[in-house]
Amino acid sequence: MQLNRLSLVEAKRLVDKGETSPEEIAEAVLKRIEEVDGKIKAYITVNWSMVEDAKSVKNGKLSGIPIAVKDNICTKGVKTTCASKILYNFVPPYDATVVEKMKAEGYVLAGKTNLDEFAMGSSTENSAFFTTRNPWDLERVPGGSSGGSAAAVAADMCIASLGSDTGGSIRQPAAFCGVVGLKPTYGRVSRYGLVAFASSLDQIGPITKTVEDAAYLLEIISGRDPMDSTSAPVDVEDFKQRLSEDVKGLRVALPKEYFAEGIQGEVKEEVLSTVKLLEKEGVAVDEVSLPHTEYAVATYYIVAPAEASSNLARYDGVKYGYRAEDFNGLIDMYFKTRSEGFGDEVKRRIMLGTYSLASGYYDAYYLRAKKVRTLIKRDFERVFENFDVIITPTSPTTAFRIGEKSSDPLTMYLSDIFTISVNLAGVPAISIPCGLDSNGLPIGLQIIAKPFDEATLLKVAYRIQELVDFRGRYSPKV
Amino acid sequence: MGYEAVIGLEVHVQLSTKSKVFCSCSTEFGAPPNTHVCPVCLGMPGSLPVLNKKAVEYAVKAALALNCRVNLKSVFARKNYFYPDLPKGYQISQYDMPLAEDGYIEIETEKGSKRIRIKRVHMEEDAGKNIHGEGDDPFSYVDLNRAGVPLIEIVSEPDISSPEEARLYLQKLRTIMRYIGVSNADMEKGELRCDANVSIRPKGSDKLGTKTELKNMNSFRHVQRALEYEIERQISVVEEGGQVEQETRLWNPHLGITETMRKKEEEHDYRYFPEPDLVPLVLTEQFVENMRSELPELPDEKKKRFMDQYGLSAYDSEVLCSSRELADYYEKAVSAYNNPKAIANWVMVELLGRLNKESKDVTQSPIKPEQVAKLVELIDKGTISGKIGKQVFDIMYKEGGDPEAIVKEKGLVQITDAGEIEKFVDEVIAECPEEVQKYLKGKTKVIGYLVGQVMKKTKGKANPQLVNKLLREKLEGMKG
Repeated sequence: MQLNRLSLVEAKRLVDKGETSPEEIAEAVLKRIEEVDGKIKAYITVNWSMVEDAKSVKNGKLSGIPIAVKDNICTKGVKTTCASKILYNFVPPYDATVVEKMKAEGYVLAGKTNLDEFAMGSSTENSAFFTTRNPWDLERVPGGSSGGSAAAVAADMCIASLGSDTGGSIRQPAAFCGVVGLKPTYGRVSRYGLVAFASSLDQIGPITKTVEDAAYLLEIISGRDPMDSTSAPVDVEDFKQRLSEDVKGLRVALPKEYFAEGIQGEVKEEVLSTVKLLEKEGVAVDEVSLPHTEYAVATYYIVAPAEASSNLARYDGVKYGYRAEDFNGLIDMYFKTRSEGFGDEVKRRIMLGTYSLASGYYDAYYLRAKKVRTLIKRDFERVFENFDVIITPTSPTTAFRIGEKSSDPLTMYLSDIFTISVNLAGVPAISIPCGLDSNGLPIGLQIIAKPFDEATLLKVAYRIQELVDFRGRYSPKV
Repeated sequence: MGYEAVIGLEVHVQLSTKSKVFCSCSTEFGAPPNTHVCPVCLGMPGSLPVLNKKAVEYAVKAALALNCRVNLKSVFARKNYFYPDLPKGYQISQYDMPLAEDGYIEIETEKGSKRIRIKRVHMEEDAGKNIHGEGDDPFSYVDLNRAGVPLIEIVSEPDISSPEEARLYLQKLRTIMRYIGVSNADMEKGELRCDANVSIRPKGSDKLGTKTELKNMNSFRHVQRALEYEIERQISVVEEGGQVEQETRLWNPHLGITETMRKKEEEHDYRYFPEPDLVPLVLTEQFVENMRSELPELPDEKKKRFMDQYGLSAYDSEVLCSSRELADYYEKAVSAYNNPKAIANWVMVELLGRLNKESKDVTQSPIKPEQVAKLVELIDKGTISGKIGKQVFDIMYKEGGDPEAIVKEKGLVQITDAGEIEKFVDEVIAECPEEVQKYLKGKTKVIGYLVGQVMKKTKGKANPQLVNKLLREKLEGMKG
């Protein structure tokens, strides 16, 4: 048995039964990293002492289980770079709340995974360090921005991982890599220690091999956090307990805007045929409209860069991180540090955001985008008056080739066209693999639920997982 | 042509909470640099602000004391600009939905009471401090101990018409903040900071002129001087046929002038937008009422009461109510002996005169309020004269002691025995034949001199009214 291939729930069960030990799992994970990460490049930092760490962990829900953490989530004493030159040497003196929670349950850090710089991108090609490869096809991107976390899970270089999702950054790479990715309801998981990209959209979530794992990990990282004013005072449920509840009688909505032109034929077919399987289980399916969908990308590219332009102002060379070497006075230091420290996409978004917040443009851009955001949220509320979940493709295509879209930001942005509305509305969504296309690349299916109704989301996802048995049937070549 | 000034003030007041507004670091002043800091106030990646409830309570109290309407929903906003003392690259402030609006305070000018309207009161965080190396040291340093200390910004309407009024307004703000215990509001310590918007216009005009913004005024005196200079400068610009330019100017206290800091086109665009890391601040009616009920009697209420209850003038009441401690001192004295007007005079003229000269406040007074009361009582009873009272007061101030004991010990009891005084009167009449002649010829005013002579002989102890009476009787008798 290859222990690194275990799911989180499986690993925990075997450890509890004494059939294996945390050290053995850590050894297997580390060995796998040594074997394949040279090709995949999922990790920015590998925890080389994970085997030692596994020997001395606390007893808990994650005792000794190696979990990878996206490199924009702060880990005390471990470099947290955001895949940016500007934070290339930043070692946080504190843990993110999610990391603290996992520590309390005895997790072992597998390493810090690659991402698009500051989580801005859909392919990890915007990492300042290197591009992560898709384990299903090394010539293709793993998606992004949590591409490292998704690739590490898909290639069994960890048992599970954490990502962050601002416009699809958990779900799209999960779809591209054939794994499960869950973006919780905004406020479900504390953002304390997540390096902010767009504060009103960012949310940390699990990327896992199975739906049970996503449920299990979500429960551990959820909950009101006094350190995050935007975290919601909502009780944490035992999500895993409710997975096997019957789906019969549930109402599923298919928004027509998500199955329109521009979508890869096989993606649409595979998602729809999966829905058919659900229908046979006694689920009611109907077409609906989310009429403001067409404005989602535009709205997102006002709101997210606006917040980002402010969130990234702190990287000024004064306190930590990169500082330009030769400069003449304060203003020149700012200019050079930020010009040299940030990559193109980050600079592009800082400029976009700075512009849309500028006096004289604020009303036309930011304020209007906020209003449209409310309309998009209402679209969802209206549908959820009559439906339990919405099902869509996660991304219009399967994984694209490295370099294919990197010179054209607009095409790249459209890769997130099906995931962005969810962040704008603050609702929870999950991507699960539902099949392969003719190139042998995974296809992701997205389920969207009402705010704080992750239980239903996971229940439907679990049933689909059982019906499709993706993990049982397929695995990447690497 | 005459001009008038139109002045509006933006005042920042540091709230005296124990911890910072968005983290639990101490606000203690004077600690070694960067010792009261944490990831939140250092602006480290991933850190998030959490609002300090005490700061909200203080801010609401301040707003209520300034007669503002407290908004039950207010929204924090980010004010974006780059500066090394601003660790996040933005200041968390409030913008289009401030904590409170539409208030006023009253100041006591020479022409009477004047109401200055307050446009808004909002909450924000303080920045750190840049310290520039001296001498050969080419480095600049940043101390972030102050970063995140809670502030309120109080913005007045342009109702202030003179530098003098601006000073009175600031002093009144300080008084109010101290009364309600939310800030010590000491300008020298930076606990109260003031920027001014100034313009001029022809007297009687209702159009506003182009304004300049003045910064870097670190004391009441500097505010007044800077405004005086700036108003003069604007008038001379206009009189020479020029136009005032909209700009920000810095007060240079060494040269006593204001200088251009940045022109209108160089002004920052702060790109305000709602702070996404904080939820809107929602207060209940109940919370606001609780804060209101915790307020002490405010300076203006106290002042009105002093005028009604003690029959004092508006000016005297304003002075006595300028601090809670002084008002309490006065009332303690009055409750010990009921002559409010006389006690007000002794406290304001004799006591405050001496204390001010030594830059002390009433809490450092060597004389107890009961002792002032006793002194006034001794005068009222005729035990000592008012003049001797001043001597006694001086002894009380310098050496301490009860007035009765001092009077006894130093033999200062007034001579009211007509027989005893008569002796001195006779002596003076004998010693001053010239003056006596003048009196007899009708220059009766000379009696003042003669009274003075008698007083001198008695070392001021004779009852002056009695001296006057006896002298007059004797002199009239000599006219025969």
